[in-house]
Amino acid sequence: MSISHAPPTDISPKTPPGAESAGTGSAAVPELEPIAASSSRRTRVPRWLRRTSGPVALLALWQVLSATGVLTSSVLASPGRVSQVARDLVADGTLPTAMGVSLQRVALGLLFGTLIGTALALASGLFRVGEDLVDASVQMLRTVPFVGLIPLFIIWFGIGETPKIAVITLGVTFPLYLNVYAGIRSVDSQLIEAGESLGLSRWGLVRHVVLPGALPGAMTGLRYSLGIAWLALVFAEQINADSGLGFVMVQARDFLRTDVIVVCLVVYAFLGLIADFVVRTLERLLLQWRPTFTGR
Amino acid sequence: MATDVHGPVTTTRKEKPAPPPAANASAVRVQGLSRRFDGRAVIDGLELDVRPGEFVALLGRSGCGKSTLLRILAGLDREIEGTVLVPRRKAVAFQSPRLMPWKKVWRNVLLGLPGKPGRPVADKALDEVGLGHRSDAWPKTLSGGEAQRASLARALVREPDLLLLDEPFGALDALTRIKAQRLVGELWQRRGCAVLLVTHDVEEAVLLADRVLVMDDGVIAHEAHLDLPRPRDIADPEFARVRGELLERLGVETGAQDTGA
Repeated sequence: MSISHAPPTDISPKTPPGAESAGTGSAAVPELEPIAASSSRRTRVPRWLRRTSGPVALLALWQVLSATGVLTSSVLASPGRVSQVARDLVADGTLPTAMGVSLQRVALGLLFGTLIGTALALASGLFRVGEDLVDASVQMLRTVPFVGLIPLFIIWFGIGETPKIAVITLGVTFPLYLNVYAGIRSVDSQLIEAGESLGLSRWGLVRHVVLPGALPGAMTGLRYSLGIAWLALVFAEQINADSGLGFVMVQARDFLRTDVIVVCLVVYAFLGLIADFVVRTLERLLLQWRPTFTGR
Repeated sequence: MATDVHGPVTTTRKEKPAPPPAANASAVRVQGLSRRFDGRAVIDGLELDVRPGEFVALLGRSGCGKSTLLRILAGLDREIEGTVLVPRRKAVAFQSPRLMPWKKVWRNVLLGLPGKPGRPVADKALDEVGLGHRSDAWPKTLSGGEAQRASLARALVREPDLLLLDEPFGALDALTRIKAQRLVGELWQRRGCAVLLVTHDVEEAVLLADRVLVMDDGVIAHEAHLDLPRPRDIADPEFARVRGELLERLGVETGAQDTGA
């Protein structure tokens, strides 16, 4: 068809040099090694088992240290003792009630923080005016440690639920804002141009190009926000609370009950794991277009 | 390549048998167009007319403003002086496919279409470029050639009166490029829309176009009408003559073997 585009004259598969020179005596014969098929390299151990083996090993170490007396119960209660206390706390309703209260606080804080953070990010990400009005203030406010605002919140909102939810909201808002904003601004300008050439309206561009493009950033923001939400919860509940996980912990501290404290910490860890699972699931559903490296 | 271009154009669409009826019988009319970047005129008083159904190739050295001209015709660059008339229905295929990675291929094809066209519309366009089987794939799983064909389907589904191609084969490997060029030639003959192909590949231009323009110093510096029969054969001495002439216009010695793609 054309000279510069002519197919290469020799497209027959090249035999690997090793295979050919193996027969000739004079050439140096390279040592061959087999390339194992990936299926044969995979271990037979199921994935979930491998994932749980780490925590189980830690648990075993803890039990051994407690049994040998290296860890005394005044420092850290043994796993057996902790599970016993956990069962008691569940049985008498203390733990479920406290968890319910804490979960509600986190959920509300997350909800408000997500709404505010996303709204602000959309305002400053999509509109030049919004950026001028919003971004500078948010960038300034986000450097204030939100935990430092707890005393102020108590003065403003009293000691009820409001200051606790407000602290969580505040902690959640900023990471979400930053990531959604960065996500919006990092959308490939070539795609925006393509959308324009396809005749998309301004709103169509936002809906079909900008927002989906910002989603990976938003998901990262959500991850950060969830982590901070738990952190904020612990802070908020250890000051002036009369219910919730943090309150149970403060009480336990007064009675030197390390076992109860550990139970609460484990509960925090599990709630965090669940939150992470939720985000992972969301990412799998919303970002399935993104081919990602999943590891070997 | 398909059949004789000067014969009756065989259309698959019965409702649009003839090239688009334009009042002034132009698919593109550009008069006194200038575009400046920081005071430097990249396009300087350019004149251009493209007939409906005409295949025009635009050649030029890199940086001569040919892509800028295409972007202006596409309506993506509006900081211009002069008159530019283009059909309302126009479509662009860029050098990179620019598919939205978060939309399945068929949704990409339908993106921006007025109304709420159903998937069959997209599938038909994808079938036309031989990509019907990847309709439900994510764009990032397509090969380079497949993605470029999807991009072409996205342009064609708009039934454009003017199709703007910005070096659409530049990023393809040699074998895929030959197939893609052939496909564009066939699609053009079937659709009968005007095409403006921006390229830096002289052979590609001579292979496909009715008229080859060479852009230099911000204007159309040279124009070659090609009435070579189709399908065109590079072994044809006339082909070689036109190619050599154009290469010379572009400042490449005729003896040179490579067009410098």
